[in-house]
Amino acid sequence: MASQDIIARSATTTVPPSVRQVDEVAKLIDTTKCIGCKACQVACSEWNELRDEVGHNHGTYDNPQDLSAETWTLMRFTEHERDDGNLEWLIRKDGCMHCADPGCLKACPSPGAIIKHANGIVDFNQDHCIGCGYCITGCPFNIPRISQKDHKAYKCTLCSDRVSVGLEPACVKTCPTGAIVFGTKQEMKVHADERIVDLKSRGFDNAGLYDPDGVGGTHVMYVLHHADTPKLYAGLPEAPVISPLVGLWKGVSKPLALLAMGAAVLAGFFHYVRVGPQRVEEDEHAPAPDASVQQVDPAVHVYDPNRPDGQGEQRP
Amino acid sequence: MNDDKPILRYNANERSNHWLVAILFVLAAFSGLALFHPALFWLSHLFGGGPWTRILHPFIGVAMFVFFLGLVLRFWRANFITANDRLWLRRIDRVMLNKEEGVPPIGKYNAGQKLLFWTLLACMLVLLISGVVIWRAYFSHFFGIGAIRLATLLHALAAFVLVLSIIVHIYAGIWIKGSIGAMLHGWVSRAWARKHHELWYRDVTGDKTPPNPGRKEG
Repeated sequence: MASQDIIARSATTTVPPSVRQVDEVAKLIDTTKCIGCKACQVACSEWNELRDEVGHNHGTYDNPQDLSAETWTLMRFTEHERDDGNLEWLIRKDGCMHCADPGCLKACPSPGAIIKHANGIVDFNQDHCIGCGYCITGCPFNIPRISQKDHKAYKCTLCSDRVSVGLEPACVKTCPTGAIVFGTKQEMKVHADERIVDLKSRGFDNAGLYDPDGVGGTHVMYVLHHADTPKLYAGLPEAPVISPLVGLWKGVSKPLALLAMGAAVLAGFFHYVRVGPQRVEEDEHAPAPDASVQQVDPAVHVYDPNRPDGQGEQRP
Repeated sequence: MNDDKPILRYNANERSNHWLVAILFVLAAFSGLALFHPALFWLSHLFGGGPWTRILHPFIGVAMFVFFLGLVLRFWRANFITANDRLWLRRIDRVMLNKEEGVPPIGKYNAGQKLLFWTLLACMLVLLISGVVIWRAYFSHFFGIGAIRLATLLHALAAFVLVLSIIVHIYAGIWIKGSIGAMLHGWVSRAWARKHHELWYRDVTGDKTPPNPGRKEG
């Protein structure tokens, strides 16, 4: 994407370019249509040339166990027992939510290492990444991972390279059930509304769209059968926000702290200018010399060429 | 007794220890400030760029803590707050104006120096513990996200207090003539010792005359 498309940039305090008026995009993941085939995971690995290590089976269908620097999306499986005793298999495709107000970008200390595009995609620029992991600290969804090979942070790019040339993300293209769709955010919301009407007519009274306001909305949204309890879906946060601790750390306190440090230096300088240094007069508080004793500085020698030994009269 | 003979305030080991901590502090502060605010990110170039700043900062910090412990072991006994110190603190306004009338005599360290000592110790402890928690490469995976977020905030806060304290510390050295020499070559004049640390002066010289209750303006 062109540099004009960058509307937010990490560790940057000036206004970003704002000439482009681009429609916001969104990926809509319909958990009610997902069959857990993991084709999206494979497509993601294929397109992004990611080859995670083959792990171990931990007794669940989740494979691998967690997101990593080489697994940017992951199906998380939850066996949910309903009140009527029926079992439900809730499958959620986890990955970056592309928040409108990204906690990672807010926390990042390296200028331009995290950028937000005008279309809503939040992207990591590994070239500027310093590997501090602050993005992990800032993320309300526990998404970014630091690679153990190159110590850079990685996550889903929403296939920004594909989207920039008019293609849909790889996971969307491959999904065999149409559970993942992609378009403008507005279109996706309309699509989700239709799905929710359908779900409600089939008994899912709490069906709804997951597009949390706490992070300004997201550019990856879910249709959930149980939108009232997103926690059911492998711990999807109920009301995600950037942690107040992160807000305090990265918010107004930083410029204030900087100002205070500068003010302390200035205060010292002006104290010196107005009050001045403290010097010790070397004879201060020393016992007053006895006037009756004649003091002779032994370092002073007087030379008299008229006397045989050359010694002059000792000066008083 | 030769009244012109200077007094050794800090021996060579104490001075070296102090300046090791000082150099490490400057390195830790500059590399930390680079990550603290975007306006100071350019400081990372002093360390070879962002990734090197991220790699070096924690090692510098640990080294600073270790050598600071050396200073603590050397000086902690001289830093207990006494009754005179409390009176000194109440009269800090006179001290600030170079008017020492009614300011009580003090020992090796005045109350400001003692408070600085304990503040530095507290900051260093917070920085070490929180720094370990947010040290991504080796330790962060042992901690939950809540602990990491809290540690990050505390690390920034303690660093802020530490930097402010050191600004005060450096200025005090510039303000009180003779102090920098005490830490550079170790020696202070008798007059300096008598004026700024009268009880310490009496202690090291064995001067038994009663201390000056309230010094004259000087």
